[in-house]
Amino acid sequence: LSTSNPLHIAVALGGAGSHPGAAGEPDAPGAKLLTARHWVDQVAHVERGRFDFVTIEDSHRLIGAPGDDISTVAAAGSSRLDAVMIACRVAPVTRHIGIVAMASTTLTEPFLLSTQIATLDYVSHGRAGWQVDVCTDPEAAGYVGPRAAPAADARFAEAADHVEIVRRLWDSWDDDAEIRDAAGQRFIDRERVHHIDYQAPGFSIRGPSITPRPPQGQPIVATVVDGDATRGLAASSSDVALLAAPDADGLRARADAVRAATSSAGRDPAQLRLLADVEVVLDADPGAAQERRDRLDARMPPGAARTRLAFTGTPAALADGLVDWSGAGVDGYRLRPATITRDLPAIAEALSDELRARGVMRSAYQQSTLRGRLGLRRPTTRYAMA
Amino acid sequence: MSARQIHLAAHFPGVNNTTVWSDPQAGSHIDFASFEHLARTAERAKFDFFFLAEGLRMREHAGRLNELDVAGRPDSLAVLSALAAVTERLGLMATITTTYHEPYELARQLGSLDHLSDGRAGWNLVTSSDAFTGANFRRGGYLGYDERYERGEQFIAAANALWDSWLPDNGNGNATGHRPGEFAFHGSQVQIAGEFTVPRSPQGHPVMLQAGDSDAGREFAAEHADGIFSRHGKLEDGLRFYADVKDRLVRYGRASEDLVIMPGATFIIGDTDAEALDIAHDVRRAQVSGPHAIMFLEQLWNRDLSAYDPDGPLPDVDPDVESEARAQGSAQARALQREAVETAARWRRRAEAGHLSIRELVIEMTARQSFVGSPETIAATLNAYVQVEACDGFILIPHITPGGLDRFADEVVPLLQERGTFRSDYEGTTLREHLGLKPPRVADRLRPLASPAAG
Repeated sequence: LSTSNPLHIAVALGGAGSHPGAAGEPDAPGAKLLTARHWVDQVAHVERGRFDFVTIEDSHRLIGAPGDDISTVAAAGSSRLDAVMIACRVAPVTRHIGIVAMASTTLTEPFLLSTQIATLDYVSHGRAGWQVDVCTDPEAAGYVGPRAAPAADARFAEAADHVEIVRRLWDSWDDDAEIRDAAGQRFIDRERVHHIDYQAPGFSIRGPSITPRPPQGQPIVATVVDGDATRGLAASSSDVALLAAPDADGLRARADAVRAATSSAGRDPAQLRLLADVEVVLDADPGAAQERRDRLDARMPPGAARTRLAFTGTPAALADGLVDWSGAGVDGYRLRPATITRDLPAIAEALSDELRARGVMRSAYQQSTLRGRLGLRRPTTRYAMA
Repeated sequence: MSARQIHLAAHFPGVNNTTVWSDPQAGSHIDFASFEHLARTAERAKFDFFFLAEGLRMREHAGRLNELDVAGRPDSLAVLSALAAVTERLGLMATITTTYHEPYELARQLGSLDHLSDGRAGWNLVTSSDAFTGANFRRGGYLGYDERYERGEQFIAAANALWDSWLPDNGNGNATGHRPGEFAFHGSQVQIAGEFTVPRSPQGHPVMLQAGDSDAGREFAAEHADGIFSRHGKLEDGLRFYADVKDRLVRYGRASEDLVIMPGATFIIGDTDAEALDIAHDVRRAQVSGPHAIMFLEQLWNRDLSAYDPDGPLPDVDPDVESEARAQGSAQARALQREAVETAARWRRRAEAGHLSIRELVIEMTARQSFVGSPETIAATLNAYVQVEACDGFILIPHITPGGLDRFADEVVPLLQERGTFRSDYEGTTLREHLGLKPPRVADRLRPLASPAAG
C-alpha cells in the first residue's frame, strides 16, 4: 500500500469564503469569524475530510471601498483576526492536519515571524507552514511608519530576503544544540548555535534565533503564483507554489514556467510542490450550484476578471475534474470554498468521499509532519558542522 | 472591613540561573507540553494569569553565547494563543518591548488573542535599552532613555487608537460619522494610518501591566497601566512603593483599585520551615555553581576572571568601567554595571567580614528566594503582605519547569482559600474581571454621544 497520496489537496480558509461576494450571503458567518469556536470547527471539519493542510488567509483591509456604508454585520463579517494567532489557537485541538498561516513580509519583522512560525511548528508537532503575503496595496506602507516600506514593485525583492532571513533563523540552532550536560554545566553547546549576519537592503539581522530549530527543521513556505514577480518568489523561496490560472491551459503553462524558474534558481524542482488554486461552488443539485454562483458573481465589481480555476457543480463532477486536471502537471490542488457556510462542508464530506472512491484521497493520515505528507525532505541546517 | 483579596500569577521559568535545569525533574523549556502543564496547574489553582517574560536576543558573555543557563524560548504570543485552547479562564500575559515590536502588528495579534481567548489577553510593557537586541530587527540601533519612553508612550497611544477604531458594540459608523476600523496616529516615532480589521475585542483593551521603576516609569504606570510587575518584593520596600504609586493615581482621576501591584516572587516549600531552609540552601547552590559565580563576578568587574578560583577570595583589582560590557542581553548585568566600583568595594568588605569565597558571596548577594517555609508559613506571609498593602498579589516564579508550581497549587492555595483571601473559583470570565478592573475608557472621539459628524 502506498503511503503517499496521488494528489495533495489543501483547503483555503479565510473570512466568509474565497468568493468576494461571500460576506453578502444571508447565511454568512458574520461575527462568528471572531470566535475560536468557528475556527476550531472549520479546521477540524477539514481534518475529518483527511486533506493535507489548511491555509488560513489574512487581509489588512476590510471588504468594501472607503466611504461605503458598512453596516454592523457586514463590517464584522469582513473583519480578519491575525492568521498566525488563529493557527496557534487551532493547533492543540487538531492532530493531523497541516496548518499554514498567512503573514506579510511587508509588515512583519522577520525575527518575530520566524519564532512565531517555529512556535506553531512546536505546538502542532511539525504541521506548520507560512503562506507568504506580499502587500502590494499602496496603503500597506501606512501601517509601519515611520519606517518606509519599499516601493510596491520592490516588495517582492524584500519578500525574498525576508523569507531567506526566516529560514536562516530556523537553521541557526543545530538540531542537537541543547545538550543539557549537567556534569559539564552546559545547557547548550554554543558551537551549535550560530549568528546569521544577513545583510540586504532594509535588513541587517544578527541572529541567532531565540527559538531552537523547529520539528520540521524548516516549516513549509507557500506562495501564490499569479504572475512574473510571484513566480520568481516561488522559484527562489517556496516549498509549495499555489498556482492561480484561469483555465487548464494557463495552468499547464504556469506549472512549466515555475519548474523551469526553480531549476534556473539552482533549486531541485522535485523539492517544490505545485498546487492549483480552484474556487468551488458545490451542491448535490448542479442547478442550485449554478444559481448560487450567479448570485455571488452578481456582487463582483463590474469588469472583474477570473484569475483562477473555478468550478461550479456537484462534488462527484469536481472529483472527476480534479483527477483530469492533474494532467496539467500539478501535484494537487488548493480548494477555495466560495462560501464557508455551504462549500466547506461539501468539500470536507461529499467531495472527500468522492475522491476516496476514486483512489486519490487517503483513508487515514500516515505521516506525522506536513513535510513528510508532502514528500518533501527535512532540510539539514546550513550552519551545522560536518 | 473584609479582608483584601490576593491576586496570583504564574511566571513560566525564565532563561536565567533562577531556573534549575539540572534538576532530574526539570523538563523541556520549549515543548508545548511544559507550557500546558504550568498553565493547567495555574488554572486548577484559580490563578489570575499566566505570565511570559521576553528576550529577543540570546544572552552573550565576553562575546560568546552563555552556555550555563537555560537558553531558548518560543514566541510568547504564539504560545499564549495555543494555551487559550487548553485553558478556559486563566489570563494570558506576555511581556512585550515597545522598542522592537511594531504597534500595528502587536495590536493586531494581541487583539486577535483577546478574541480567541474570550477576553483573557494581557501585555506587560517594557522598553529596551540595548542596541544588542536591536541587531535582530530592521530598525536596529539604540534608543536613548528619553526616546525609549517617548516611543513607549506613542506605542501605547497607537495601540489604543487601533483598539478604539471600532466602537464598543462594533457598531455602525453612521452613529458617529466614524467608519469602523479607520485609524491614524502621527507621532515622532510612530506614524501609522489605515484600516484595522480586528473589531473591538471582549476586553476592549487587553490588560496592560508595566514593569519600569524609575520616577518616570511610576508616573507612566499611574497614568496608563492596569498593573505593575514590581521588583519591590521585600516588605518595607513594598509598603513604600505601594503607597507611592497608589498616591500618584489620584492625579489621573483613578482609584486605588484601578491598578494592581504584583511583585515577582520565588518560593521554596518544605514540610516544615526547617526543611524548606535546607532545600533553599541546596537550590541556591544549584543556581550558583562555580562557573556561575565567576560569570556573575565578571558581569560586575567587567574583566576576564576565569583564572580565579570560585572557592577562593574576591579579586583585588577594581572593575573595568572603561571597556564595553562583557555581558550582553542581561538586565541583571546592566544593573550591576551602573555603580560597579562602589558595589565591588562593598562586596569585598562583605566577603572579608564573613570570610566568604567568591561563590558564597554571590550566593548571598543574589539571593532570590522571596518566601521559604512550610505551606502554612508561606500562606501566612503572602497574606500578610497583601493585608498590610505591601502589594496586591504576586507573580510567582517557580525554579523547576514545568512542575515547580504543583506543590504551591496543592498545598498553599487551599490555605489562602480557607482564610477567605483567595478565590475558590473564578467569578468572572475575563482577565480584567479577575483583577477587578473596570472596562477601559473609550476615546472621546468615539463616544456615541459625541456630536455626530454633519451629513
